[in-house]
Amino acid sequence: MIAFEYIAEALFYAFMILTFMGGFMAVRSRMLMHAVLGLAVALFGVAGLYFHLGSPFLAMMQILIYVGAVCIMIVLGVMLGNTPDQLFSDKLSRRNMFLALSACSTGFVTLFIAIQQTKFAPAAQKVGDMSIRFIGENLLFKYCLAFELISVILLTAIIGAIILARGGREEVAK
Amino acid sequence: MIISDNLNTYLIIAAILLVIGLYGMMRHRSLIGMLISSEFILNGAALNFMAFNRFVAPNPAVGQIYTLFIMGIAAAEAAIVVSIIIAVYRKYRSEDPEQVQDLKL
Repeated sequence: MIAFEYIAEALFYAFMILTFMGGFMAVRSRMLMHAVLGLAVALFGVAGLYFHLGSPFLAMMQILIYVGAVCIMIVLGVMLGNTPDQLFSDKLSRRNMFLALSACSTGFVTLFIAIQQTKFAPAAQKVGDMSIRFIGENLLFKYCLAFELISVILLTAIIGAIILARGGREEVAK
Repeated sequence: MIISDNLNTYLIIAAILLVIGLYGMMRHRSLIGMLISSEFILNGAALNFMAFNRFVAPNPAVGQIYTLFIMGIAAAEAAIVVSIIIAVYRKYRSEDPEQVQDLKL
């Protein structure tokens, strides 16, 4: 039994490193296609972290929606929007790079100190469990309105995306 | 040392994801790169929700539902942004945000 805990811990480290490596790749690479690949790797790592947080359902949803849908959409955007010689994003100047790095590290150090200083007390009593059944009941009764609004937002996004991407096609045809 | 069962670990990972997203937002000089970075920021927020859901929240379904909503909104946002980028590219033949300064398409 102890061995399983060590394996789970090792997997946690693996997913954490996967997330950071993917993020590093997405931020540092100059080819946009590599950046999308890094994003997919990092999202996969976050899915593993969800698994460790006790929610296999969310991990599967993360892989399905983010890695499966959002990344593919971004890849399509990269391929439709760029001619091959414009695939590289420009390099920042040394001064701007320094400014960006210092701003980010300041933000991180602030957050780190805030996280370490705060005492988070766990809830006195817990209702329900982490099961999919309980999530479904909550979605259908307590969060019904938000659930319906999400579907309206998705519908609006689909219609808006079609209208935006369609506009100007007639001009090109002429 | 077991760190996978500790709230602070997840919060710090989420903070690192946020910082990665911020840095990418400043570093990438194309609209697609900025979209990729915004996905990192959204994922940091979602990981925070999941961590608090696991360790602190009284109702363990709420955080998962919020994370699902974040995923849905992120998908909608990515669809809209990609179509905007296609429209911008058709008009300007460029994805450099410096060149796309007037909003009129």
